[in-house]
Amino acid sequence: MNGATATLNVTRYSPGQDQIPRSQSYSVPYQRDWVILDALNYIKDHIDGTLSYRWSCRMGVCGSCGMMVNGVPKLTCAAFLRDFYPQEIRVEPLVNFPIIRDLVIDMSDFLDKLKSVKPWIIRKTEKQISEGEYLQTPEELSAYQQFTQCINCMLCYAACPVYGMEPGFLGPAAIALGYRYNQDSRDQGKESRQAVLGSHEGIWQCTFVGECTEVCPKEVDPAAAIQRSKVEITKDWFKSVLLPWGQK
Amino acid sequence: MISPRPDKSMLYYPKMPATWWLRKRSYFLFMLRELSSVFIAIFLVVLLVQIYQLSEGPKSYTAFAQRLGSPGWIIFHAIALLFAIYHSITWFFSTAVVLPLRLGKREIPRNLVAALNIGAWIVVSLVILYLFLSLKG
Amino acid sequence: MAGKNSSEPFWWGLFSAGGVVAAFLVPIHIILTGFALPLGWISDTGMLYRVWWVKIYLFVLITLPLYHWAHRFYFALNDMGLKVIRKPLAVVCYGGAVAGTVATLWVLISV
Repeated sequence: MNGATATLNVTRYSPGQDQIPRSQSYSVPYQRDWVILDALNYIKDHIDGTLSYRWSCRMGVCGSCGMMVNGVPKLTCAAFLRDFYPQEIRVEPLVNFPIIRDLVIDMSDFLDKLKSVKPWIIRKTEKQISEGEYLQTPEELSAYQQFTQCINCMLCYAACPVYGMEPGFLGPAAIALGYRYNQDSRDQGKESRQAVLGSHEGIWQCTFVGECTEVCPKEVDPAAAIQRSKVEITKDWFKSVLLPWGQK
Repeated sequence: MISPRPDKSMLYYPKMPATWWLRKRSYFLFMLRELSSVFIAIFLVVLLVQIYQLSEGPKSYTAFAQRLGSPGWIIFHAIALLFAIYHSITWFFSTAVVLPLRLGKREIPRNLVAALNIGAWIVVSLVILYLFLSLKG
Repeated sequence: MAGKNSSEPFWWGLFSAGGVVAAFLVPIHIILTGFALPLGWISDTGMLYRVWWVKIYLFVLITLPLYHWAHRFYFALNDMGLKVIRKPLAVVCYGGAVAGTVATLWVLISV
C-alpha cells in the first residue's frame, strides 16, 4: 500500500435526529481494484459502524447496492474508485425515493408497482404436465429476452425525472417487465396488464427522456419497452375505433 | 402477504426542483428537443398567415414574403431551422428505438435505421424543393 | 382494456404523426419560406398554394405538427412543475391545436 487515500462524501440521515440529510466526509485507503462498495465496507468496518446501506452479492446481480455516485445512479459494486480518484466522491442515496436512513431508501412504492403489472406468465388454461413443456422458437425468445435481464435495482427510477416529478408514474422497470411478459409467446395475460400499463399513470406519462436506458446496468432498455407499448396500444385503440369489426 | 413497511413519519422525502432539467446535460438536451416543437409550430402559423395573404391577391403575398426578409424574421427562421433539424435528427434516432427493423432474423442496428431515415429525409426535402420550383408561378 | 376508455392513444397517435411530418417536411419549408423567398433566391407569387392537391398536402403539413406541439409543450410544462394548472394547460395546448386545424381548413378553402 502506498498510503494514498480517497475521500468519500457520504449522505447521512438518522430518522428522529436529523431534520434533513447531511453529508459526512470519510478518508479510506485508495486501492486501484476497489469499487465504491469496498470503500463503504471499509468505512463500516474500520471508521464508523453506524453507516447504513444495502448490499449483497458484490457482482452486479442482486441489484441492492444502487446509489448516486457523483449524481449518477450506479451499482456501487460496479463503480471503481480509480474512475474518480483523486477527485472526492459524492455518495448519496438513490434520488426520487424516500430515505429511511443514510443510504437506504424506501422501495415499497416500486415493489407495489412491480406487482401491479403481473410480472409472471398468465395462462387462460394451464397445460397438463403430461402434455409437455411450452415450446418457443429462438425468434420468440429474442422478442423479450433483453427485458428479462432486469435485476430491480431501481437505477432507472432514480434517473427518471418524470418519476421524480410525478411519483404516481408506474416507471421504467415495472413497464419494461410488463412488456417482457406481454411479448412472451407463452403468455396470455396481455389484456389484464394493459389496464395498468395503458393508464395515464402507466406508459402515457413517459416523455421519452431516455435516461432509464442510459443508466441501466443490464442493458434492459426500458425506454424502448415503453415507447413500443405506446405504439401497440395506440394501434389497438385506432383499430377498435375505426374498424367496425375491431374488437369492442 | 403484506411486506413490512417503514414508518412513513420517519422517512425523509426529497423534493425534485422544477429546474431539474438545468442540472444535467442530457436533461437539458431533452428539454431543447421538446421545445423544438414550439418553434416548428410558430413557423407553421407564419406559413399559414402567408398563405392567407393570397385571399387579398398575389401582391399581398409577395409583400408579406418581403417583410419576412427583415433581420428579426431572418434570425427567427435561423433559430427555427436549427430547432427543426434538431427535431428531425432526434426523431429519427427515436424511431430506430421505437420501431425496430428486421432483415430476416437479424435486427438492423439502430444507427443504420436512423441513417436510412436521414437519407430518406434528404430525398424527400429535394423532392419538395423540385416540386416547389416547378409549380411556382 | 383501459386504453379504450381514455383518449390518450388518440392524442399520442396525432403527436407521433405530427412528429413524423415535422421531421421529414418542415426543415425544407423553413428554408423556402424563411430564406429563399424573403432573400430573393426564388421569386414566387404563391399560385402553387391554390392547387387542390397542394392544399391537401398543406393541411397535413400545418395541422399535424400542431398536435405534436400541443403534446410536447403540455408535458414539458408539466415536467417543469406547472402540473397545478394541468387542466387549463391541456385546454390551451390541445384546444390550440384544434383551433389551428379549423383555421387552417378555413384559410385553405378561402384562398
